[in-house]
Amino acid sequence: MRGLFAALSLLVAALVLASLLTGPAGLPAMDSLRALILGGEGPLPIVMREIRLPRAILGAAVGAGLGLTGAALQGYLRNPLAEPGLIGISGMAALGAVIAIQTGLSLMAALALPLAALAGAAVGVALLVALAGPRGGSVTLILAGVAISALAGAGTSLVLNLSPNPYAANEIVFWLMGSLADRSMLHLGLALPPMALGAALVLSTRRALDALTLGEAAAQALGLSTAALRWRLVAGTALIVGPATAVAGAIGFVGLVVPHVLRPFVGSRPSALLPASALGGAALLLAADIAVRLIVPDRDLKLGVLTAIVGAPLFLHLIWKTRSGGRV
Amino acid sequence: MVLRLSHLSVTRRNRPVLHGVSLSLGPGEFVGLIGPNGAGKSSLMEAALGLIPFTGTSSLAALPAERRARHAAYLPQAREIAWPVSVEDLVALGRIPWPGGGRSGADRAAVDAAIARMGLEAFRKRTALRLSGGEQNRALIARALAQDTPLLIADEPIAGLDPAQQLACLRLFRDLAAEGRTVLASIHDLGLAARFCTRLVLLADGHVLADGTADAVLRDDLLRRAFGITVRRVDTPDGPAILPV
Repeated sequence: MRGLFAALSLLVAALVLASLLTGPAGLPAMDSLRALILGGEGPLPIVMREIRLPRAILGAAVGAGLGLTGAALQGYLRNPLAEPGLIGISGMAALGAVIAIQTGLSLMAALALPLAALAGAAVGVALLVALAGPRGGSVTLILAGVAISALAGAGTSLVLNLSPNPYAANEIVFWLMGSLADRSMLHLGLALPPMALGAALVLSTRRALDALTLGEAAAQALGLSTAALRWRLVAGTALIVGPATAVAGAIGFVGLVVPHVLRPFVGSRPSALLPASALGGAALLLAADIAVRLIVPDRDLKLGVLTAIVGAPLFLHLIWKTRSGGRV
Repeated sequence: MVLRLSHLSVTRRNRPVLHGVSLSLGPGEFVGLIGPNGAGKSSLMEAALGLIPFTGTSSLAALPAERRARHAAYLPQAREIAWPVSVEDLVALGRIPWPGGGRSGADRAAVDAAIARMGLEAFRKRTALRLSGGEQNRALIARALAQDTPLLIADEPIAGLDPAQQLACLRLFRDLAAEGRTVLASIHDLGLAARFCTRLVLLADGHVLADGTADAVLRDDLLRRAFGITVRRVDTPDGPAILPV
């Protein structure tokens, strides 16, 4: 187990380094790192510090957040098919961003788009709390999440439908595919604090998620409050997924696939799967973000497209295994 | 008293299922809760544990959550194991209420003792979900034993087990009571309940119909009122055999 965490940490560190050294500028590695650490004159420190560093950190943070929340929701719902988008917050964040693009709000300030996405996420949380209520169980929560996702999807389609010109529609469609390109330190400053708070909240549920292995009644008899667990998870997930969607767009499959792949390596214990999935998610998203820059460097391949292309076959494999009698 | 319930009433979906039940359990008792389906046996146990809303008082539910979990272990009717964890990790979940949370020396000793008591040493690294139903049930009981509580509440612990496993389970509960612990278990097999429990409580329509020794509780008139059946009792050297006719 310790070996797994060491290996994943090393992998994330190596991928952060690789991400820093990947880009269209084709800069020499040693010069780039020297410019990153020591600064200096010329364009090199600016490229490294203002373009590549935020991109690498965001890749790690967004990936970690998706992996962590995916593992937590799977543990809470005791269902390996749960993923961070399930409670509808990412859909609502995307709707907020889409409205900002459509109304031209996104052009008025550098952070207008992510702030609108955060507002959408907040509306999503309010709807979720109103729908799932203080006493609702996990099924109510999923149903509310599905309803909110559907609503957000319909809203996004409506905005696209009513789009006055093809350029706005084009921009919306591309934004929805998810990307980490051209994100600044401002994006980082906006997203990281709430995501860190969310991660602390989600990680605090580890023991409760372990207890839930025995079912809700047995877990409660072990001293766990299911109501407190639910709201810590909802708040933590919203604080991670809202900002992540706001700065990176909709990125699917990371939160679904990573916990599933790592589960056997941690003996299926939810408490160990949480940090492992955070590291695994960071590694997967960093790798995908490096890949989009390497595969077709002159075309803007979107990150969300790549994660779906990699994730969907893994998902098919999962279904295949279930079908042929193995447990998911 | 290990558990004191007074005037416990439970309403589920606007339907009263338990009407002011009072019950006290002392150390060393193995109390068999008998009665027809829907009599309120599960509701009684869940309310006693504070898992569902109720009126009246339960000495257990009144405790703060952590102390409650150190006082009573609970084996729900649904034997759920959500993830393919090892038997060892499953049993260690019983240590969650304790300070070490599964990692202290006391935790490890309790887990080892529970695994040994349930004869699961050979299975401890195996995936619990891949074991047979009977072995899984033993692992779940070991989990409850590892919790190391004075009181064990088990909802239909022998349902779905083969005769050998049923006997092993009831012998274990009788031994736990002999060691001074208290066991409250709902049991449908009246003959086995009469043989192994130190005391029976007959529940019907949310009321306690009878409470006492097997002879006092398993009377024809009471069973007819509770179940609407007559029984034929055959005394054997191992205890009464009770045959519904």
